[in-house]
Amino acid sequence: MSGQELEVQKKKELASQQEKTIPARFYVPLTDIFETGDALKIVMEVPGVPKDGVDVKIENDVLSMEARIETTNYNGLEPVYTEYPVGHFARSFTLPEQVDQHNITALLEDGVLTLTLNKRPETKPRRVAIQSP
Amino acid sequence: MTEEEIVIYSDPFDTLMQLQHALDSFRSSSWLNTSTSGGGAFPPLNVFSKNDDLVIVAEAPGLKKVELEIQVKGRTIQIAGTKSVAYGDRVSLHRRERTIGRFSRSLDLPVEIDADKVRAEYRDGMLAIFLHRAEHDKPRSIKIA
Repeated sequence: MSGQELEVQKKKELASQQEKTIPARFYVPLTDIFETGDALKIVMEVPGVPKDGVDVKIENDVLSMEARIETTNYNGLEPVYTEYPVGHFARSFTLPEQVDQHNITALLEDGVLTLTLNKRPETKPRRVAIQSP
Repeated sequence: MTEEEIVIYSDPFDTLMQLQHALDSFRSSSWLNTSTSGGGAFPPLNVFSKNDDLVIVAEAPGLKKVELEIQVKGRTIQIAGTKSVAYGDRVSLHRRERTIGRFSRSLDLPVEIDADKVRAEYRDGMLAIFLHRAEHDKPRSIKIA
């Protein structure tokens, strides 16, 4: 797969039911979700967001992520050519039952936020031994 | 509303809103000759000016510095690299929106730059390339005798 030419995906603005009340546009980060034996992983692309700009909350089985970009870098700069919009990121996910809501970790590295949602021990896959007759 | 109250309400988000408006008005700007730069190619770029200098800002999350290659020749800048994603073994993928692959794009700038003074930074998934306009290319003000 790594041989393919990379194309730009257009940024999607946040849908109205999650609209924010601050006067700036939010965007939906591109997200991969995958599952390992122990955990569910949510990986989001949030370029321009520093570590202290990330806020993850869980309420009523919904995990909400808000990531705010650093805007001070743009001070004194005048745009002359534009290909992509700039804004904060937000997205929320309904958590499945197998996730232990008290055991979630977050890691931000080079604009990629990885949330590791550990599964409850009782929901982890178990190997079933086949008895010999 | 008194003057004092206005000061209270001007918060850092105003900066972002102004930036968003400013960027909107520069969509489809003809500043760059897009026929050669491959618009729609990765990474997406925004170009800013600061006095005589230029800053190219690209969103390129999850890259490794060593995999990024930036070359400058005359008025042309080339940005190349590979974006990869590691899921690890034994995973089941539920959703996949992030893309991977190689990229290479070049831009022809409308001004001449000083190739020795080009500086690039990669932080928080953003690439910034700082360009200084070549001294001989800078506009000169003519004094009226």
